[in-house]
Amino acid sequence: MSASTISVTLKIWRQKNPQDKGHFETYPITVSTDASFLEMIDQLNGDLIVQGKDPVAFDHDCREGICGMCGAMVNGYAHAHEKATTLCQTHMRSFKNGEEIVIEPWRASAFPIIKDLMVDRSSFDKIIQSGGYISVSTGSAPDANATPISKIAADHAFASAACIGCGACVAACPNASAMLFVSAKISHLAHLPQGRVEGKKRAAAMIDRMDELGFGNCTNHRECEAACPKEIKLENIALMNREFLTAEFA
Amino acid sequence: MGITLDAKIPSGNIADKWDKHKFESKLVNPANRRKFTVLVVGTGLAGASAAATLAEQGYKVKTFCFQDSPRRAHSIAAQGGINAAKNYRNDGDSVYRLFYDTIKGGDYRAREANVHRLAQVSVNIIDQCVAQGVPFAREYGGYLDNRSFGGTQVARTFYAAGQTGQQLLLGAYSALSRQIEQGAIESHTRTEVLDIVVVNGRARGIITRHLITGEVKRHMGDAVLLCTGGYSTVFFLSTNAMGCNVTATWRAHKKGAVFANPCFTQIHPTSIPVHGENQSKLTLMSEGLRNDGRVWVPKAKNDKRRAEDIPEAERDYYLEERYPSFGNLVPRDVASRAAKKVCDEGRGVGSSGQSVYMDFRDSIKRLGKQVITEKYGNLFDMYHKITGENPMEQPMRIYPAPHYTMGGLWVDYNLMSTIPGLFVLGEANFSDHGANRLGASALMQGLADGYFVIPYTLANYFGATTLEKVDTQNPAFGDAENTVKERLNRILSVKGNRTVDSFHKELGRAMWDNCGMSRNAEGLTKTIEHISKLRDEFWNTVRVPGDANYVNPELEKAGRVADFLEFSELMCRDALSRNESCGGHFREEYQTEDNEARRDDENYCYVAGWEFNGVGKEPTLHKEQLVFDNVKLTQRSYK
Ligand SMILES: Cc1cc2nc3c(=O)[nH]c(=O)nc-3n(C[C@H](O)[C@H](O)[C@H](O)COP(=O)(O)OP(=O)(O)OC[C@H]3O[C@@H](n4cnc5c(N)ncnc54)[C@H](O)[C@@H]3O)c2cc1C
Ligand code: SF4
Ligand code: FES
Repeated sequence: MSASTISVTLKIWRQKNPQDKGHFETYPITVSTDASFLEMIDQLNGDLIVQGKDPVAFDHDCREGICGMCGAMVNGYAHAHEKATTLCQTHMRSFKNGEEIVIEPWRASAFPIIKDLMVDRSSFDKIIQSGGYISVSTGSAPDANATPISKIAADHAFASAACIGCGACVAACPNASAMLFVSAKISHLAHLPQGRVEGKKRAAAMIDRMDELGFGNCTNHRECEAACPKEIKLENIALMNREFLTAEFA
Repeated sequence: MGITLDAKIPSGNIADKWDKHKFESKLVNPANRRKFTVLVVGTGLAGASAAATLAEQGYKVKTFCFQDSPRRAHSIAAQGGINAAKNYRNDGDSVYRLFYDTIKGGDYRAREANVHRLAQVSVNIIDQCVAQGVPFAREYGGYLDNRSFGGTQVARTFYAAGQTGQQLLLGAYSALSRQIEQGAIESHTRTEVLDIVVVNGRARGIITRHLITGEVKRHMGDAVLLCTGGYSTVFFLSTNAMGCNVTATWRAHKKGAVFANPCFTQIHPTSIPVHGENQSKLTLMSEGLRNDGRVWVPKAKNDKRRAEDIPEAERDYYLEERYPSFGNLVPRDVASRAAKKVCDEGRGVGSSGQSVYMDFRDSIKRLGKQVITEKYGNLFDMYHKITGENPMEQPMRIYPAPHYTMGGLWVDYNLMSTIPGLFVLGEANFSDHGANRLGASALMQGLADGYFVIPYTLANYFGATTLEKVDTQNPAFGDAENTVKERLNRILSVKGNRTVDSFHKELGRAMWDNCGMSRNAEGLTKTIEHISKLRDEFWNTVRVPGDANYVNPELEKAGRVADFLEFSELMCRDALSRNESCGGHFREEYQTEDNEARRDDENYCYVAGWEFNGVGKEPTLHKEQLVFDNVKLTQRSYK
């Protein structure tokens, strides 16, 4: 950890509430290169508070890339430019001295802005509620080793289950589609025998709900895959489409 | 006062207690269950599993969490795994051995009956999670894989890569979501619980504040379940999420719930060290790394050479030296203290001198880079991202960090606090880990409490109690709501010049130095005074911008820090009154000749339960004497 500092200019989207039109504000800041991106905003907020100004509102919690709470567009990239990295795991050493950094919230009609960089992602919960589960009640499970599951299937299921529900895929998509998020859950469960039982019903229900909530369509821009901090694969969408089509015509 | 800590442990043989208790418990007829409203605060492993299960059984459930989705509770961050006495490995595990290991690991400060029940239901947890679709790691034959974890001699830990907590929580969240869709659960997100409402001695409701609209609201319930997690963030820097707090349990404590063993905190030995003033949190490096990483510091003080320039003969592999049989794998409390000791001696490394090396050089030589990448690639990447240093090329630097809190609200065998109708589950209660928690056992406990214990004990409470009709017009609701609003206004009206974070950092530093890895009477006494001054300063000089009518993260933080400024004093008092060393509680005055913890079973074999008497006032100590009928108390030794 080589402690040095850089000076950068932040252009941050400020919006008081959903009704406010919003605008960019510019803040110069000198920050340690060891600081994380969110620690940089903490530092800015500390200064703003002492100056009697309104600090920048942003969502965050775990600060280790797993809760899915953080996220913003940084210089046009969801979760900043580093590959497979959430905003909270991005560090200032990956920016250059003198750089201008533009910070905006996720923009999608299904994710209304609450304040500054905070958006409302409750639509993701609603999609899961429509069927993103196996219908098993507590107590009715057989022994865990009763059904062997091939390691390959289990690993595939895990890779899709790693989605953190951050919404970067929606923010990056020109159509604000939630296909990558939805397909990750469908694919996680479709790879497991216990998940196959409701497979088609699940796909149909989740896709219907996604449409109802105002997410856009997938027209193969592949931006979602590039933005996803957990490297969720686009192949999941193809698998989901197969599940869905057979569900429609079954 | 009239408090006695009756644990209500069922009679009979340890192995039969739970079954007997379940049979003797009252039931609630399925048709009657919807007449009961259960308020579940927290949607981590404990809360989500409890809420889903109770809703499946027919109760009316409301859940509350402060994040924007139930899926984001801090359980999501658990890496290593979850224990269960499945004995799939045929390597000598059993319910009794898991029970025994947990009691011993806790340094004989946990309740036997609870821990045995935990070991019993552990096997059902794995079954349930697999049925939900939790993608645990598997072997090529298709069966579940296990590893050994945290200094145990059997492989009983189930895991999903380094994301076990995430996968288990998504499992519980999926069960929760299914019940929300069916209308059995009303989910309140971005909602913080700020008080518990007690009517005629029973918990009958809560007061919440919505973190977007600012609306303060009353909720009535027939029982309240606090599943609000741990309070490691009292130290400011910890491996916990930024929002973790003591607010709900502390406010319940102020309403009469006894707080047990608040000073029992776990300091995890392998976290990425502190880089500077603006640091906001510490990231854990899974302790699995200790299987292949050798821990060392230079033999000489203030040795500023680069690691690779320090010859073998001048390195001190202090864990291997001191603990030849466990070596780098000694339990967490022992490893943490040893790291502190060498740093205090001036032999720590890195620019701050507050870290030790964990070196993979020899393992890379022995096993090759590829094997090491397969085993630890993720963790190495994470380390690289945070520090800019590559552990393949230079040793990792690690240092202990606050991680888990064994202390919590006191509960009896039924998980009920000293306020009837107020139940406490998961990390928020004190029940199962004594003075030190073994790795991979917190996930187990959270899910045991939620899926398999509370459904029985809550039914017993409802079945055995005649609950009067109460609505939110009851004066107790009005009083609680007023207290909450007054406190919010009071915080906003200070309009001073110090940020909330600056208070939190100062408090955290004082607690880390004096009530952290090692404690002494002088430091604790000084810190109690320090906290009291800091509290006054907070109420006179804190600056919280904005108002309470819309999004205001500074106001949320201020409320939590204000609670920490009261609670931390109780931690110090508890540490001061326990004149022994046990598990994570190390009192410098009570150590053996070779600097190991010296327990005092004759005088301190009890749970310390504290009753609130007012802010800044001496609390009253109530003791629950621990009785060991099955396990013999011995000195823990890892030499
Ligand atoms: C980095 C890390 C790694 C870990 N690894 C492991 C491991 O490998 N194995 C293991 O067994 N254990 C591990 N642990 C410990 C374990 O993860 C936790 O003890 C456990 O998950 C806690 O679960 P919980 O349900 O009690 O609380 P949490 O998951 O913390 O949930 C708390 C809930 O309460 C809510 N809440 C809190 N306060 C309020 C309030 N005032 N109002 C409304 N809602 C509130 C939150 O929103 C949240 O929903 C780890 C812990 C950490 C920090
Ligand atoms: S698919 Fe990727 S980008 Fe989309 S919500 Fe999941 S983790 Fe985030
Ligand atoms: S804060 Fe949790 S993923 Fe970034």
